[in-house]
Amino acid sequence: MSTKKFFTKDRVKNLSAYLLVIIAYVVVQIISAGGGLPSMYKGLLVPICAYVVMALSLNLTVGILGELSLGHAGFMSVGAFTGVAISIALRDSITAPWLLLLVAMVCGAIMAALFGVIIGIPVLRLKGDYLAIVTLAFGEIIKSLFTNLYLGIDPEGVLRIGLVNKPEELITGSKMLINGALGISGVQKISTFTAGVILIIVSLILIFNTVNSRTGRAVMAIRDNRIAAECVGINVTKYKMIAFVMSAAIAGAAGTLYSLNYSTIAASKFDFNTSILILVFVVLGGQGNMIGSIIAATVLTILPEALREFADYRMLVYAIVLIIIMLVTNNPTFKMFAEKIRSSLKKKKNKKTVKEGN
Amino acid sequence: MKKFLALMLAIVMAVACLASCGNNATDTNDTGKTDNTGDTAGATVFKIGGTGPLTGDAAIYGNAVKNAAELAVKEINAKGGDIQFELKYEDDTHDAEKAVTAYNSLKDWGMQIFLGSVTSKPCEATSAESYEDRYFTLTPSASSTAVLEGKDNVFQMCFMDPNQGSASAQYISDKKLGEKIAVIYKSDDVYSTGVLETFKTKAAELNLNIVSEQAFATGADTDFTAQLKDAQAKGADLVFLPMYYTPASLILTQADQMGYAPAWFGVDGMDGILTIEGFDTSLAEGVMLLTPFNADSEDEATKAFVETYQSTYGDIPNQFAADAYDCVYAIYQALEAGKATADMDKEALSDLLVEQFTSMTFDGLTGEGMTWDETGAVTKSPKGMVIKDGAYVGLD
Repeated sequence: MSTKKFFTKDRVKNLSAYLLVIIAYVVVQIISAGGGLPSMYKGLLVPICAYVVMALSLNLTVGILGELSLGHAGFMSVGAFTGVAISIALRDSITAPWLLLLVAMVCGAIMAALFGVIIGIPVLRLKGDYLAIVTLAFGEIIKSLFTNLYLGIDPEGVLRIGLVNKPEELITGSKMLINGALGISGVQKISTFTAGVILIIVSLILIFNTVNSRTGRAVMAIRDNRIAAECVGINVTKYKMIAFVMSAAIAGAAGTLYSLNYSTIAASKFDFNTSILILVFVVLGGQGNMIGSIIAATVLTILPEALREFADYRMLVYAIVLIIIMLVTNNPTFKMFAEKIRSSLKKKKNKKTVKEGN
Repeated sequence: MKKFLALMLAIVMAVACLASCGNNATDTNDTGKTDNTGDTAGATVFKIGGTGPLTGDAAIYGNAVKNAAELAVKEINAKGGDIQFELKYEDDTHDAEKAVTAYNSLKDWGMQIFLGSVTSKPCEATSAESYEDRYFTLTPSASSTAVLEGKDNVFQMCFMDPNQGSASAQYISDKKLGEKIAVIYKSDDVYSTGVLETFKTKAAELNLNIVSEQAFATGADTDFTAQLKDAQAKGADLVFLPMYYTPASLILTQADQMGYAPAWFGVDGMDGILTIEGFDTSLAEGVMLLTPFNADSEDEATKAFVETYQSTYGDIPNQFAADAYDCVYAIYQALEAGKATADMDKEALSDLLVEQFTSMTFDGLTGEGMTWDETGAVTKSPKGMVIKDGAYVGLD
């Protein structure tokens, strides 16, 4: 590959991902400004952004690192609770909503990354199915941790933390940040669609730049052949950690974005089903394929809501559509057809470049 | 790993399929498809919307509320007065995120008055939205305090969780139902922990002796032997169960197998225990619960309601259904008193209804002379019920 050539295959792919997001953003803004966007879809914009970022983050673990994680909602949960708690605590000192959101997101990401490190150290020594099972357990642990966590500022301004039992100082006149199983109520909704899109683009930049760097190549080498990678002197645990922690941090930011879009949040939302839902986005979009993840997350978030007219049969139709998508995208005939189109496009382009070269 | 993935996905889909097929077995009529009820007479119709779990674990509540609200709307429309209603219920699967989407789709439909969400957590999310958008909200059954907090146009038809907890403690103490009390609660549930917290505070005030306090959580809610053994070992003669009826039915079954027979005391979430398929209702014999509605009451309005409900939908209505029925009639009464017309917009309707609700008195199935204060909480007195011969009978 010549280094002078700007439009390499990877670059085109990456640029088209950015372009897709930006075009989608502009189109939605235009429709929304014209008043043509129903409130249902308007309300879905932020969750879609959050799920897209979640899918991108999980794709980094599953597609690039090649490890199966079944507890990704756990990181989302950490980000959500940290972000919301921070936003409530700082509500009076930071008045600009975008700044508050930014601070909350950064804190959420840092906290999730921290959990990523704690989980990663023992877990990343495991392989394949074992890793899947441990991450599944991690998701459940996080869920029960947050259902039993009490955090608040008592009237004297001291931060109190309690597990299982609510600290006695927090009974009256105090500011509750996290209220056990009751979760957090009265959250100020500061997430916006624009913030969501910016977060998607930032995650894309992070992921693409990592993948195309020395680190990314090391990570992919480990995915393709761990023993060979070890033989050439790649520190397997270190590179796995980098990818895993990055993935956790992005998921944390997505969690903050998601939770600050609702006035209430409970730990039970981030359960095994949510983890699997995100995995479905990644698998349907194609492992390692970021554009695929974006499209799959968007379509599969809108789909069950768009099927509301089916009333009782909604989830049945949703499941059938999922199965059809799976079958069609894996169908050999369809694949051949897609390949044909791709190669014919390539031929045209080649001709063009040849002509330009002359 | 690919095979493992494929297997996982296959399982998820199978579960999703079953989840959507499994429920609504009791929903015999077909209105679920369109959700629109009654004669619509153009612009003179008030559009009421609500969200609730029509599918999933809590579907029994969502469908009860939807059915009863439909029934009330039909009756009011049949009267042919100036006020006609059109009702639409959207599914929220007991999830806050889905509830907000459902609420937004109701907005697109042109809703004017909002019946809130059926369950607490979703309603916290939707009431925040409806407060901002200025839709008058009256929830039949979302009982957590956060639903009302700081929202002037959000009202409740049911008791708040704290009231239930303290009322239960008061009742147990007044009637001297138990010397040693055990509590089993669901630690990751808003409703259960909300009731428990105030029950404990009130119990401490009244010097009730709580000897055992055991928790369980989602995913670990099928085996209660450990919790029951603890209660039994500590000699509890009354077990308080602040939870929904599904785990409660398992607790009763397992206690029976253990040969442990204390007095049982529940809250309004226990209502519905007699309608579970495959549950031996003789086990629920003697279970006490506090609920504002009694389907066996001799009261004429209640009798008529139970009869119509049963002939239309096939089950005996529970307290959720009665609350929903009352909601529609309360709104009807307020609209009539305020001389509202259907061409008024949501803000005007909201102001008018808030004014009416804080000043009016309402007689319904779930209580006589109900009033609402400015916070939106209702004042009515709970009735103690006991299950006798497979039916609810008043305790007094």
